[in-house]
Amino acid sequence: MKTIIAINNLSKQYASGHQALKKINLEIKSGEIIALLGPNGAGKTTLISVICGLVSPSSGSVHVNGFNIIKDYRETRALIGLVPQELTLSAFESVWNTLNFSRGLFGKKPNKAYIEQLLKDLSLFDKKDTELRLLSGGMKRRVLIGKALSHEPRILFLDEPTAGVDVELRKDMWNIVRRLRDTGVTIILTTHYIEEAEEIADRVGIISDGELLLVEEKHALMQKLGKKQLVLELRDAIDHIPESLNAYALTLSDEGYKLTYRYDTRSDRTGITTLMKAINASSLTLKDLQTQQSSLEDIFIDLISSKENLK
Amino acid sequence: MNIQAVKVIYKYEMLRTWKTLFQSIASPVLSTSLYFIVFGSAIGSRIESIEGVPYGSFIVPGLIMLSLLTQSIANASFGIFFPKFTGTIYEVMSAPLSHYEILLGYVGAAASKSFIIGIIILATAGFFVDLDIKHPFWMMFFLILTCITFSLFGFIIGLWATNFDKLQLIPLLVITPLVFLGGSFYSISMLPPFWQTVTLLNPVVYLISGFRWSFFEVADVSIWTSLVIILGFLAFCLALVAWMFKTGYRLQN
Ligand SMILES: Nc1ncnc2c1ncn2[C@@H]1O[C@H](COP(=O)(O)OP(=O)(O)OP(=O)(O)O)[C@@H](O)[C@H]1O
Ligand SMILES: [Mg+2]
Repeated sequence: MKTIIAINNLSKQYASGHQALKKINLEIKSGEIIALLGPNGAGKTTLISVICGLVSPSSGSVHVNGFNIIKDYRETRALIGLVPQELTLSAFESVWNTLNFSRGLFGKKPNKAYIEQLLKDLSLFDKKDTELRLLSGGMKRRVLIGKALSHEPRILFLDEPTAGVDVELRKDMWNIVRRLRDTGVTIILTTHYIEEAEEIADRVGIISDGELLLVEEKHALMQKLGKKQLVLELRDAIDHIPESLNAYALTLSDEGYKLTYRYDTRSDRTGITTLMKAINASSLTLKDLQTQQSSLEDIFIDLISSKENLK
Repeated sequence: MNIQAVKVIYKYEMLRTWKTLFQSIASPVLSTSLYFIVFGSAIGSRIESIEGVPYGSFIVPGLIMLSLLTQSIANASFGIFFPKFTGTIYEVMSAPLSHYEILLGYVGAAASKSFIIGIIILATAGFFVDLDIKHPFWMMFFLILTCITFSLFGFIIGLWATNFDKLQLIPLLVITPLVFLGGSFYSISMLPPFWQTVTLLNPVVYLISGFRWSFFEVADVSIWTSLVIILGFLAFCLALVAWMFKTGYRLQN
């Protein structure tokens, strides 16, 4: 697939001296959904803001569809729609006007039919003459999405689109995102919620403290970094783990009926064979056993804490 | 050039004006009428004509300038400050348009609005006094130039201001005194010689003098001096705004 956004050695130091981005390198492919995951203050919004022209980079470069975001800003910005993190809307404007304003701002001729359809897709058509201040938070979020899509962008940035959004709307939002992806729109979204990345993204990038720790295809990431756990169900409950099994760092739960063994799928020796042998040799009788893959959430926490441990 | 963008900024700024049409127009009309009643009729009837112009007519150009300056600055500064304050400016800043196109949209709209107000005040004044404009072309020229220049100045204030107090600061502490002391209500030849010299440091004097000349051919300073000073101030504002844009001042982190 063609690269649509190329980020090279991008750094940003704010006037306050804070280094919000540290030598970021990232290539985003045309038509993919990429999720940027990271804790508060990681630099996600800063990264998006640089690409959209709201924050000037300190060093490094960004190219969108082969154009430089600073030198050829007209070409690059015309391709991009941005849904900001904050619900920033002018209170007294109507839904209809604000979408048409956005479209014009990006240099597109008015197109009533397109805006109408967009409002219908966002379930906002019946609110089209309502003043923005009278809308609920979720509706405002949808208006912001509408504004970002009003000029038919090829790239859509969603900065924490699901903050303050209920389950129903979240589902709607993902449907919109998938439909957009089907029309070839590249989508970059940020989130704190791992489930979201897991649910919607093709690739996941993890940012922490201004550094891009890794970018991986979602499934590969889960396989590569994933830890598995082996859960052993016992026929008879025990009140302590036999000494012969002390080497395996097992945890006992479920009132003594469950033993859990965590292992790293990446290592050659998972220790499962020897564990099973040791169990055979012990007095324990197994009723059932199963393995579970760790979620992105576990991976994420692992990554961040191992990085902190290195410091 | 992104003409669509300039058009929508202009259009929606003007739309904002129409929505508050009543305040936008009623308040300058009302205050001008009050000035006429107090200065023109009540006090003016006791004041002789100045350089052959009846006092009521004499104050018309100054009154128009008073409203024009305050309105231009207020509209333009608010027009850009408000989206900055609410955060909606992000959209304009991320759109494919240059700073100068943003300027054209916002300042164009503010200047248009002041121009309309200027014309309305002129018409209101026509109710109270006889107006015989000697140089209509110059009158229009000064009117438009003032609207543009001070809207640009307002835009700069709006960019600079980080809170509502700062937004009010310059209009209140600088512009209003300068206009009142700039010969709106008197000819500076009526002042003692020392104060005449001091007054000449006030740029608004040149503005009012030039504008008044286009009405009555009565002026405190030569019309060319007036013209140079206004154009100079315009050039200063343009340079200032160019510097702000170049450095991304208060617009970009
Ligand atoms: N205008 C600014 N001036 C100085 N520092 C800033 C500015 N904007 C952001 N920062 C700092 O840069 C860092 C990254 O902020 P950023 O908003 O990019 O984080 P984020 O990953 O989007 O966080 P969140 O998940 O909370 O939205 C933070 O430490 C923040 O305090
Ligand atoms: Mg953020």
